[in-house]
Amino acid sequence: MSAVARPAPKRFPIRLDLKRGAVDMTHGSGGRAMAQLIEELFVHHLDNELLRQGNDQACFQVSEGRMVMSTDGHVISPLFFPGGDIGSLAVHGTVNDVAMSGARPLYLSAGFILEEGFPLADLQRIVVSMAKAASAAGVSVVTGDTKVVERGKGDGIFITTTGVGVVPPGVEVSGDRARPGDAVLVSGSLGDHGVTIMSSRENLEFETTLQSDSAALNGLVDDMIAACPGIRCLRDPTRGGLATTLNELAGQSGVGMRLREDAIPVKPAVTAACELLGLDPLYVANEGKLVCICDPADAELLLAVMQAHPRGQDAAMIGEVVADEHGFVQMDTSFGGSRMLDWLTGEQLPRIC
Amino acid sequence: MKYIEEFRQQDLARNLAAAILQAADTDRDYKLMEFCGGHTHAIFRYGIQDLMPDNVSFVHGPGCPVCVLPVGRIDNAIAMALDHDVILCIYGDLLRVPASGRKSLLKIKASGADVRMVYSTQDALKVARDNPDREVVFFAIGFETTTPPTAVAIKQAHAEDLKNFSVFCNHVLTPAAIQNILESPEVRDIGSVRIDGFFGPSHVSSIIGSRPYEFFAEEFQRPVVIAGFEPLDVMQSALMLIRQLNEGRHEVENEYTRVVTRDGNLKAQALVAEVFELRRAFEWRGLGLVPYSALQIKREYAHLDAEQRFDVPAISASDVKGCECPRILRGAARPTDCKLFGVVCTPDNPMGSCMVSSEGACAAYWSYGRFRQPAPEAGLEDSEEAVA
Repeated sequence: MSAVARPAPKRFPIRLDLKRGAVDMTHGSGGRAMAQLIEELFVHHLDNELLRQGNDQACFQVSEGRMVMSTDGHVISPLFFPGGDIGSLAVHGTVNDVAMSGARPLYLSAGFILEEGFPLADLQRIVVSMAKAASAAGVSVVTGDTKVVERGKGDGIFITTTGVGVVPPGVEVSGDRARPGDAVLVSGSLGDHGVTIMSSRENLEFETTLQSDSAALNGLVDDMIAACPGIRCLRDPTRGGLATTLNELAGQSGVGMRLREDAIPVKPAVTAACELLGLDPLYVANEGKLVCICDPADAELLLAVMQAHPRGQDAAMIGEVVADEHGFVQMDTSFGGSRMLDWLTGEQLPRIC
Repeated sequence: MKYIEEFRQQDLARNLAAAILQAADTDRDYKLMEFCGGHTHAIFRYGIQDLMPDNVSFVHGPGCPVCVLPVGRIDNAIAMALDHDVILCIYGDLLRVPASGRKSLLKIKASGADVRMVYSTQDALKVARDNPDREVVFFAIGFETTTPPTAVAIKQAHAEDLKNFSVFCNHVLTPAAIQNILESPEVRDIGSVRIDGFFGPSHVSSIIGSRPYEFFAEEFQRPVVIAGFEPLDVMQSALMLIRQLNEGRHEVENEYTRVVTRDGNLKAQALVAEVFELRRAFEWRGLGLVPYSALQIKREYAHLDAEQRFDVPAISASDVKGCECPRILRGAARPTDCKLFGVVCTPDNPMGSCMVSSEGACAAYWSYGRFRQPAPEAGLEDSEEAVA
């Protein structure tokens, strides 16, 4: 999306073949073909004033106070899955990482690495989906980059997005602020995204009505911060799932956690798929959920605010922060025993029998 | 979820815990071996030990197919992938198993070998059909449960005349292994390992039935209760074992009646018998060479046997020095008895196979962290440095 001049009439006499065309090396060469791809595809769909200026960078006013910046690479397979695609995911992932500081996300950049031969129709579908996700989240994609790699050197498309946002005054959200006695809340059911992705992988197709939970959470965070500016920690439990996220927070804050398995929302279809594959839903990825740690006195109010938001309807209080110099996350099992939830090890692999 | 939640109910667990407490004779203790890794996993995942009185303890057995696979067989598979340039289709559990020379299938995959994770034998057949110019080897592993699907794949490949497909057979047999443990000097003569009774495998028994355990229950005078993998199954079976021991009985009882019959799945047994025959001996990690404890592909299907096609040698590779997997697999040591445990051997960097699979005793100890609940010993920081 760099170096684009204001569109002139008939600059590209033959339009991009968005039905049958494919990415080729010229689309990353910096020449006319790249300019056409940017203009007819990226700028056309992601359109906003800053992008339209056609500079190699976006220049915008900043407000006083603290800004937040975050970046996230997206390499998902399959590219399209029930409930989303790599485009919407690339927007949601970064919007959420920015929002988890309590900030309001404002602008995104997007870097595309395209593999030679990638169908332009798929690329258009992805860019349209990004535009829709950005508009729904109230952010703009204001600058970007396109590179093409030779066939076999990429996996269709990789997207890296970077986001910036502004933290409202008085908000201090950070992973090192959990204190013993604090309440641990989640915004909804866990494992939906990971199980949906696994169910739609080519070598593991099984039928499910599940959808990825991929969604921007900045609206939910806005409501939560408005009701309770003193929230201590927010984090979205993406790869590694809830268990890994809580271990990160416990480590950062130098505390332990004690969860109640009964209270953790997991959909029956997710439980069933995990049983089948020998996985644990607490280690499966989410893309539209957050974990919140707050003062116990605020917990009821926050829970009510979360449940009143469409992205937090199934929010639940799942445990508390405890003093523990070793930073262990432990759980009272529904069965009546207790177990430890450690970090995710390696990748989640299905068991043999 | 139907047929799952019913077997995980807390109120029933409490009742069972009370019944076990009442039944367990306080003047003695009960050491019960769960043969299967599935049971080990359930015991840790649900915290079942918390619901048992102090004098009832679990001895973890060798029933994790990944754990008992000797290093040499992984070395064989690596050689096939590297030297013969085959597409090696494996179950995901095998990826991280340490092989000789600090290799693993995961590492050779990263360096360019064509190792593919599959979820079923059908996936492996598909890879073979899709790649007619390449040799495709399916790494068959597992106890009696996973054997029938391998038999189906071999028959299908034979029927389709799929010339580029073969099977590297590592299927092993449960009863032979249990008998071997009971005959081991540690149990029989020295008495350093006491096993009072066995939880019989659930999935394996759905295939072979409960009959095969009758011989050694009688011969070795140890009760066996075939137990389901759900936590209530394990508790109910523990109660049944305790009652048998109290009454001096040593019978094969079946707690898992919703699935297991005395005769098992005759159709699956017939299928296996058609394709496989007993191997004279097979090396188990931990148990050594165990006679008639594994299967090999019958002569009629020898053209689909990767061992024949690639002239696979018998390699007797040794474990990492200091690794206690062998003794842990025999129930003669606990994971925490191993000097490597948690120091240089963790699930992220496994030195022994018991740390790889979630069914392995070491991985279960580590992941569910029971050993860490009392404060870790001093010097942990040093050991963490060693890991890094």
